[in-house]
Formats: sequence, C-alpha cells, structure tokens
Amino acid sequence: MVTEPPPLVSVRGLSIHYGDKVALQGVDLDIKTNEIFGIIGPANAGKTSFLRALNRMDEFVPGMQVLGDITFAGRDVRTVRNLYALRKRIGVVFPLPVGLPLSIYDNVALSPRLSGITKHAQLDEIVERCLRRAALWDEVKDRLKGLGSLLSGGQQQRLTIARALSQDPELLLLDEFSIAVDPVTTMRIEEVLKELRQELTIVLVTNLVQQARRLADRTSFFLGGLCVEIAPTEALFSGGAREQSTVDYLEGRFG
Amino acid sequence: MTSDPNKDSAGPPPKPASPQPASPGPLPLRHAGHHEWATALDHRDRTWWFDCIARLAVLGGGLSAILFIGAIFVFIASQGIDFALHHLNWLDFLFGKRWEPTVEPPEYGALPLIMGTCWITGVAMIIAVPLAFGAAIYIGEFARGRQREWLKILIELLAAIPSVVWGVIGLQVMKPIIQHVFGVQVGLNVLNAGIILGLMAAPIITTIAEDALKAVPETYREAAEALGASRWQVIWKVVLPHARPGLSAAVLLGIGRAFGETIAVLMASGHRLMIPESVFDSAATITATIAAELGEAAHGSEHYQVLFVLGLLLFGITFGINLTADWIVRGRRSRA
Ligand SMILES: Nc1ncnc2c1ncn2[C@@H]1O[C@H](COP(=O)(O)OP(=O)(O)OP(=O)(O)O)[C@@H](O)[C@H]1O
Ligand SMILES: [Mg+2]
Repeated sequence: MVTEPPPLVSVRGLSIHYGDKVALQGVDLDIKTNEIFGIIGPANAGKTSFLRALNRMDEFVPGMQVLGDITFAGRDVRTVRNLYALRKRIGVVFPLPVGLPLSIYDNVALSPRLSGITKHAQLDEIVERCLRRAALWDEVKDRLKGLGSLLSGGQQQRLTIARALSQDPELLLLDEFSIAVDPVTTMRIEEVLKELRQELTIVLVTNLVQQARRLADRTSFFLGGLCVEIAPTEALFSGGAREQSTVDYLEGRFG
Repeated sequence: MTSDPNKDSAGPPPKPASPQPASPGPLPLRHAGHHEWATALDHRDRTWWFDCIARLAVLGGGLSAILFIGAIFVFIASQGIDFALHHLNWLDFLFGKRWEPTVEPPEYGALPLIMGTCWITGVAMIIAVPLAFGAAIYIGEFARGRQREWLKILIELLAAIPSVVWGVIGLQVMKPIIQHVFGVQVGLNVLNAGIILGLMAAPIITTIAEDALKAVPETYREAAEALGASRWQVIWKVVLPHARPGLSAAVLLGIGRAFGETIAVLMASGHRLMIPESVFDSAATITATIAAELGEAAHGSEHYQVLFVLGLLLFGITFGINLTADWIVRGRRSRA
C-alpha cells in the first residue's frame, strides 16, 4: 500500500476531569491497527482514565468529564449511533478480576450468546479457544460448569481475559492485566498477546516497564496527566528518549 | 524485540515540547470503509431497538407512579381546597389547641392531632429502631443456616399480622398491663399506641435493614477481620457505616408505617382530642381522626372539607419526611 492506513483510534486534544480535578490534559495520539500500544507512567498519570474514555466507560463514573475528540474506526465515540456495537468491539481487562456470578463456561459464553450464537458446538469451540488463549484451559477444562468466582485470584484474572477475548474485539484494552497473575503464566499470556497482534489491536497499560519493552511496538510515557512522549519501544529503551523525565522513569529514579 | 523496526518508525511525528494545534477534524470519508466490521457501529440493530423499547417501557412504569401520586393529590386537594383557601384560618388550624368541629361555633385547631401523631410515632420509633436493628444485626451478622432462615420467616409472619389484631392486643392485653405496671388510671394512651405501632413497624425495619447489611460486600468484612478486628468492631466500623443509606431508608419506611397506621392506633390511643403531656395521656392522631369523623360528616360540609385539609397536611408531612431522607442518603453517597 502506498498510503498509510488510517489509525484505528485517533485521539485529539483529550482532557479528562473529575469534578475540579484534572486527570489528563491535551493528549494527542494515534493507535494503529494491529499494533500493541504500550502506556507506562507512575501512579496518578491518568492511564486508567485514558482507557475509560476510549469506550465511554466514563458514563459509569459519576463526575467524570471527557473533553476532546476520540475516533474509533473513523467514528466519533461520543456520537456513534450504536454504542453497544462500539463496546462489543472494544474489550477491556481491569487490574483486578471481575468475575460475573456465572459458571466458568457461561462467563466466557456470555458475550457470544448475547450476539445471538446459540449452537452448542460453536459455543464450545469459542469457549475453548478463548480459555486456551488466556492460558487457563488446562486448569479448568474438567470443571467448566463450576462457579468462576471459586477460582484462584490469578485464574479469575485469566478468566476475565478469556471473557474479553470471547467478544471478538478489534481493540483490547489491558489495564495492568498481570497484577494478579503469577510470572510464569504472565509469560504465557504475553506470548499469546504477541500472536494476537495479527488479529487485533492492543493498548497495554502496565506498571512493569519491562513488560512494555517485551510487548509494545510503540510506547508512550504518561506523567501527571500529560502524555510526555510517544516513541517506538526499541528506540525509547535504547537511549532514544527525548524527555529527561522519561529517562528518569525508565531508570527507576522516580515513580 | 520481535517487531519490525521499520513498522515502528511510521508513527505520528514525535510530539514537540511546545503544544501543537490539535490536528485534523473528522477523518475523510474514504477511511470509513476501511474497517469493514465498523459499519455495525453506524447500524441500529435489533439489540439497540430492543434496548430502546425496553427503556420506554420501564419509563412508563416510573411515570405511572407519578401519575397515581398526582391523581391522589388532586383528589384530596379538590375536596378541601375551597375551604382551605377561603374560609380556613391557617394559623388557627396549625396552632389552635381545640379540635371541636361539631360544636357551634366549630374550632379547627389541629395541633392536638399533630402532637398526638408526633408523640405516638416518636415512642413507636424509640421502641422499634433498637429492636429492629438488633434483630437485623443478629440475623445478618451472627445467625447462621437454619436458625437464620427460621428467624426470617418468623419476622415476615409478624409483618403480616393485620392491624386490627394489633388494635385488639392494645385494647385487651396492653391496657391492663400498663395500668398495672405503671399504676395509672388510663391504659389507652400514647405509650400503649406507641408500643403497638413500634411492634408493627419493627418487622418492616428489620427486613429492610437486614437487606442493607447483606448488601455490604463480604470482602470488606474479610479485609477488616484480617486486621484483627473483632466481629463487633467490624460491624461497628465497617458494616454499619457502609450500610447507612439502607438503614436510614429502613427507619424511614418504619416511620411511614407508624405515621399512616390508623385502626390499631385508634383502638389503642384512647382517641382523646387534646395535646398529650406525657406518655400516659390519651391522644389522637391525624389518621385516626379522619377515619373516625369522615363517616359522620355530611358530604361537602365544612367538617367534611376540613378533614380533607387534614389529609393534605398528612400528605405534606409524609412528603417532607421522604424528601429529607432522600437528601440525607444522597448527601452521604456523594461524600463517600
Ligand atoms: N472515579 C474517580 N473520581 C475522582 N477522581 C478520580 C477517579 N478515578 C481517578 N481519579 C483521579 O484521576 C487521576 C488519574 O487517575 P488514574 O486512575 O487514571 O491513574 P493511573 O495512571 O491509572 O494510576 P495507577 O498507575 O495507580 O493505576 C488520579 O489523581 C485520581 O485521583
Ligand atoms: Mg490505573
């Protein structure tokens, strides 16, 4: 292709307020199709707030106000006709597992069912594929009818990831997904994420700088509500950071 | 790194330190077709329409509640409004100490009824709230398994006893007990009606308070107990504060119940149309007065109309209580 394909997500002049408090200010960035876009930065940087704005989760947060433009696949997310279709295309994983009060199987089958899939064979296949991708299948394949909330913390988090994959998203928002997952399993999921890049786009918010380095194609550094810089990950980590604050953060001098 | 560095370098130009004017507006239309799946975002599908219709349907439910309240208010007001606006002296009505609608000239001082209502409701709450909260905390926090189920069933049964039965209990059981224990002449008084009303309101308060306690996430209790807090400390410091809006609602519904109760209170209070000075005085309430007098007042007469003004007053007070409660609950939420 000669021309650059349009970005999947395009953010212009994004500011986020909670009442009088400014959580994010003047962010401009593009997220390209099939890339892993890393976001790093210390606590309070506005990373979670950014994710919330992308699929209009701000509607659930009293007092949260989003200003600026966000387009997803060329549609303004504020005025999109079918909000439910938009959310279906954007999967989210929160830092702590949010298990629905359902069996393991039903947790993962819920979204496909909502989309009208009723054939057992088809559902079985989706559930197995998603659980495998979330590196959970081997541990739960004999207890699929058991309650999801009875799994261990890390297993529940992987169940949440499987559920997000089951909705067949184009964009996957991961907010510190590995916080409750053991390192070995985290590595397995990271491998899967690399493969998933073929099919979808991922925004990876992480407190583990090395995780961003391992996974992200480009990484952005957020600090105190500002997007300080965005650069190709390799460049950023091999001394190419332009801003002193980025260098300090990467070297662990504050945060 | 597995990714292709050439791919990476194609990002948007690095952001300069000085802010740049926000760039392009909406993307050109040719881009819209790029993501084929994205047309679904412009399409109102079955789910969307169903959501829309369901929303309207439940809105209808909500509106009908407003409609009924409005209709009742209009009815009550229409019966008494003429008198209330043109003939009634509101100062005398609100602060007059004599309610003598049938003598010549009639006196329409509602203060005895207002005070009677307040006294009896107050005594009822003093009795009901500690009982009900105790029961709710025991059932919700301490009772387990079968014991808990039985207690809940018993309390629901208690709530189902018809009010006339409570009235009979007031007349036949409480009256001699009060006369004996306190050595007073009159056994039908504020105390009697308060106890009866308190017992009637307690099951409702218990049920709702227990629901509020059950709604406190188990993780909160675990987190506090992990700090070494005793059961009681957990309840006092964590569970009750979190459940406070629900508990306030429980008390309020209890007050509403006590406030609106008519027949039991008519039977147990002695129905004396004077301001009570102690809990051993007989008293009359607004509701009981309406019930007792509406039958004998000629339709459309002054007496008839003033009873409807009493109804309006009752309406207003209830409304005021509910608004206050709502305000309290809201205030707590926004601060939380
Ligand atoms: N629901 C809320 N109400 C009010 N303020 C909020 C809310 N959520 C976040 N904030 C504020 O917005 C700012 C940014 O928070 P945010 O959660 O986006 O940070 P973060 O970068 O995700 O931090 P962390 O790395 O700790 O998750 C913080 O100062 C926070 O206090
Ligand atoms: Mg966060």
